Amino acid sequence: MASVSKRYPVRARDFLHAGEASIQIQAFLKAMGLDAGLIRRIAICSYEAEMNAVIHGGDGELEMTLADEWVTLEVRDAGPGIADIELAMQPGYSTADETAREMGFGAGMGLPNMKANADELRLESAPGRGTRALMVFRREAAGGGAP
Amino acid sequence: MKLSEIVRELEAVALTKEDCLEREITRCAGSDLMSDVLARPTEGILLLTGLTSIQTVRTAKIAGVAAVVFVRGKTPPPETVALAKAERLPVFASPLSLFVCCGRLHARGMTGLDGRR
Repeated sequence: MASVSKRYPVRARDFLHAGEASIQIQAFLKAMGLDAGLIRRIAICSYEAEMNAVIHGGDGELEMTLADEWVTLEVRDAGPGIADIELAMQPGYSTADETAREMGFGAGMGLPNMKANADELRLESAPGRGTRALMVFRREAAGGGAP
Repeated sequence: MKLSEIVRELEAVALTKEDCLEREITRCAGSDLMSDVLARPTEGILLLTGLTSIQTVRTAKIAGVAAVVFVRGKTPPPETVALAKAERLPVFASPLSLFVCCGRLHARGMTGLDGRR
């Protein structure tokens, strides 16, 4: 099978539609017959990354690629970037504002949840230069490997 | 517990079509923070929350939550209920506090997400 990619725009501060792309990715992967546990891990990562881009980012894009041996998620945003990635990775640390907290976010678990559920998480970010989060999921326990 | 028994115990009203009431649910989470919910094993659970935003429904779908009860007598906004209907997620509203809801379900034998009581 050739790989299939799906791309969705992510709009900053659009809390009404935030998460729609991840719900669509979840439905697509179900229709493709992927393992339920794997879909769950991908969906959680996608949703957390999408919400991060909505909460903190400028406008951006979410891209999911399904291949024979792996699935990747890439979320790019033109937001303020992360000054201290190590600090941002700490469970409970959050810079979410009041509006995001009213929507149920700001637990400081977004990046830790992504790290816990992806086989590999790469974060590229710097202040003023936006953020790129790349997550890799192996479809089988053995083999596969990162693209 | 059957979902119908949970609804009765929590004095809750259905906000979506009353199907799936025969479904057995054994584990329950009470949280207003959605990423804390996503951090735990949530397939087939009951979610008690005071958070009525549309993101509660999206989180529940992503997490595989079986049903949601909004606590403290809150009425969710129309878009929340509309999305729950569209996503076929059973949602209910209880006049009781989160604490009392948890206490009643705990007394009936329901466990936390890790099976502990």
